[in-house]
Amino acid sequence: MPDYAWPDTEHRTLIGKRIPRVDSPAKVSGQAKYTYDVRRPGMLYGKVLRCPYAHAKIISVDTSAAQKIPGVKAIHIVQQPGSTIFWAGDDVVAIAAVDEPTAEDAARVVKIEYQKLPHFVSDAEPPPNVAEPAVGPLSQIDIWDLELPEEQIAAEVRRRGVSFRATQAVLAQLRRFRMPEVIVDAIARAPYRPLTDETSGSLYQRVATETKGDPDKALVEAEVVSEGLYGCSVITHCCLESHGSIMEWPERNQLFSYMSTQGVSAIGAQLADPLNVPAANIRVHQDHIGGGFGSKFAVDRWHVAAAHLSRKAGGQPVRIMLERDAELEVAGARPSAYARVRVAAKRDGTITTWESRSWGTGGPGGGGMVPLPYIFDVPNQRKEHIAVRNNIGPGRAWRAPSHPQAAVITMGALNDLAAKLDMDPLDLWMKNLDIAGQRKETFREELGIAAELMEWKQKWQPRGQNKFGSLARGLGLSIHLWGGRGHASDCDLTIHPDGSVDIKMGTQDLGTGTRTVISVVAAETLGIPISAINLQIGDSQFPSSGVSGGSSSVGAVSASTRRAAIDARDVLFSKVGLVLNVPPDQLECVNGTVRVKNNPNNSLSWKQACSKLGVMPITVRGRNPNTVKPPDLTGSGVGGVQMAEVEVDIETGVVKVKKMVAVQDCGLIIDLKTAESQCLGALIMGISYALFEEKIMDLTSGRMLNANMQFYRLAGLADIPELVVHFMTGKGYDERGVIGLGEPPVISPGAAISTAVANAIGVSVPFLPLTPNRVLDALARKPGA
Amino acid sequence: MLKRRSFVKKNILLNNQTNPLTFRDVTFLKFPASHWRYRIVVGPQVITVAGKEVLVHGPGKVPMQFTINHKKYKACLEPRVTLLDTLRDQFGLTGAKRVCDRAECGACTVLMNKKAMYACSVLAIEAQAAEILTVESLMRENTLHPVQQAFVDNDASQCGFCTPGFVVACSVFLDEHPSPTPEDIRRGLAGNFCRCGTYDGIKKAIAQRMQRGA
Repeated sequence: MPDYAWPDTEHRTLIGKRIPRVDSPAKVSGQAKYTYDVRRPGMLYGKVLRCPYAHAKIISVDTSAAQKIPGVKAIHIVQQPGSTIFWAGDDVVAIAAVDEPTAEDAARVVKIEYQKLPHFVSDAEPPPNVAEPAVGPLSQIDIWDLELPEEQIAAEVRRRGVSFRATQAVLAQLRRFRMPEVIVDAIARAPYRPLTDETSGSLYQRVATETKGDPDKALVEAEVVSEGLYGCSVITHCCLESHGSIMEWPERNQLFSYMSTQGVSAIGAQLADPLNVPAANIRVHQDHIGGGFGSKFAVDRWHVAAAHLSRKAGGQPVRIMLERDAELEVAGARPSAYARVRVAAKRDGTITTWESRSWGTGGPGGGGMVPLPYIFDVPNQRKEHIAVRNNIGPGRAWRAPSHPQAAVITMGALNDLAAKLDMDPLDLWMKNLDIAGQRKETFREELGIAAELMEWKQKWQPRGQNKFGSLARGLGLSIHLWGGRGHASDCDLTIHPDGSVDIKMGTQDLGTGTRTVISVVAAETLGIPISAINLQIGDSQFPSSGVSGGSSSVGAVSASTRRAAIDARDVLFSKVGLVLNVPPDQLECVNGTVRVKNNPNNSLSWKQACSKLGVMPITVRGRNPNTVKPPDLTGSGVGGVQMAEVEVDIETGVVKVKKMVAVQDCGLIIDLKTAESQCLGALIMGISYALFEEKIMDLTSGRMLNANMQFYRLAGLADIPELVVHFMTGKGYDERGVIGLGEPPVISPGAAISTAVANAIGVSVPFLPLTPNRVLDALARKPGA
Repeated sequence: MLKRRSFVKKNILLNNQTNPLTFRDVTFLKFPASHWRYRIVVGPQVITVAGKEVLVHGPGKVPMQFTINHKKYKACLEPRVTLLDTLRDQFGLTGAKRVCDRAECGACTVLMNKKAMYACSVLAIEAQAAEILTVESLMRENTLHPVQQAFVDNDASQCGFCTPGFVVACSVFLDEHPSPTPEDIRRGLAGNFCRCGTYDGIKKAIAQRMQRGA
């Protein structure tokens, strides 16, 4: 049995070093082709007509005028008269024409009659006290969000039904995402109840209540009690490459799609049902993707519409890429989460009680509770969550679903508790690490390192006491936890007799460095330069690899590539062994040679060695997971600590982040350079959602007011301070295997920044984003202001 | 129908002497909504507006020519088509990206007469006389431009969709500010946004070019 284990430190030539991203040159030169850049021969341009109302019934659709416009090739009614619309911007009619202006002209003359229905787009106000138990059908995201034991989730699914068709493909997908079988089984048997005004129940629905220990007794006995309001608004994904695809039918029953997706291998199964074509006849291709962040897993209405349009146009390719306003309005929203929290402790800082009444919206289905209290398993708890069912638009997974919101609420509450105890929050966190779960020792180590990098002890001052003129400075911190185990992944690796190597995998690189990681692992294992490897990913005809979500890609592709490369190498060794007259296990691949261990002079160049294969290349398949080829090469469960230093102008309410520190554990790092970029990017994205981002809804029209990039403001270059990233590597960390890094570092920035603002100005600003308005409001409400 | 407004990056107005009529002059002219019926390639019409004779192009397709990356290009386009869509859909120059399509994000940044411009907010018909350079022009015989190399060295791209716009903006910015102050950088590169959060790498790339002389 070959040893598949990762090489130890002395034997690593590439792993763990700073290796430049392999697709950087293509990206900086404009050569990288994204779905948006693809122009197929005879391609038609699609436009989608969207409903301008947040809640309405479609009465009639008249496309006759559009049909007469020269150049219009196909019209598809996405939602028929009689359908109910639950959010503004939902797709109603799709049109394909020879060019974009013609499609726009045609869209303008389609007549749609709506019956407007009352809409509701608020979510931040505390819900009324009477909230009925939830009755509405559950969407897939609702089910993932339910923070309940497996059996109870299954019971909820059975009781409320599901709002999606539980086809075999959908069930298989859920299993791939490791949904427990008891829940998948419940979904398979649950009644299908499409979301309608009749099935959805009232606007406020109690989705979870939980009590642990004896919170009433603990509150009476508590020496210090702190109470406050914390939360995060709905934000969008704002992928720079909008959602979309190009669909074409080269044969009547064969679909070829370029799609901007996080799951190249998983799209066929999702498209098969709505298009009534076998998944085997669907090919999906994607070279590069301009951002996903959790919003590009599913097949959306516009993808199906493009395929229908193409069919109607005789198979000609049809492109639908969303306009920016639609991208922001309908293609991705992170559910909000707000909570009134009461937290109690002993005078020495030991946290004894957590009480929270939380609420939030994930759109029409309401959504579930975020995991509260986050990380700290307080002994006495009482929790209740109210789902606000509204017309703000459907929620989607957003990097580390539910965790950033849970961190903002929990760290905010504990930070206020620390102030009430006259304690440095760093000491409070340290004091309570015993209830911080499996990674508590990692947190302890990381808090120490982060404090040094931030110079916490030198800089920290009690609340509101670090002022110079109108400028107030403050420090904040947060800790976070994530899984990150590699998903199922297959890798085909071929060594050709001329020494060239190619790899094919149905995975995708979201800009996280997946291509680079695969290349590093293969090059390291075969002892050849990265440039010698011809890597192809992004096609459903390649061996399938999981959906890039939940930080599961890097562990997966590293492991399957490692196993493929080891097996291919051993086939090569068996041939070379005969030539060099040694048993194959005496050979090693180093520096572009195949040589005898301990006798480097007895060697063949890589090219010579490969020529011993004869005329046929060898192809082997590596798999993850693979229990018959141990060890487990990926792992799960990482902890991280982040600290922020801010400066707040208390006259204008403007918050500036001055410095951030991220200390992160992620098992064995394959490429330090892209890993650092992942953390730095997460900090920057965190500054963006902490200070600027919010999906602002107009109560009157029910529409998003800032569906553009001027008023849906992202952080810019000027908003970025000194950022320090430190990885926990070496003994105790490397041997945990490769663990994903996409989610963990984006969890804490909001919480670290908001607690720093509270430390600076002396009062918590309840909700993110920390806009000047909200900061000034909080200051005005401050006791003694 | 002239649906797009013209925005010029950094408030530098396009100096377009050879084009007899810029779009702003004719915004008050109304064409029938059913103009598509007349969409044929025609030369400009002469009409009298406020006592002056002016040339009106369109609304049908108009022959246009461009100088892009030192090469001549020709296309027949409606006057409402943007420079960005022309580059991408007509000439296959897809380095400049369409993201906001209204002069907010910088992903479509190109150079027009050596000035950084949002190609999404310039009408193609207005860009005919200009010398246009796109990100595709920066590489010379498979060698990256120094700014591109600095982006690679400092991992200043993740998904890479904003990257070409940033590369073009940074290259012209460094030409104009060989040793920029932090304030110069803050102002000069405020017109480009990134979602993945590559700003740290971009700042380091700029610092690398400053050390070596841009």
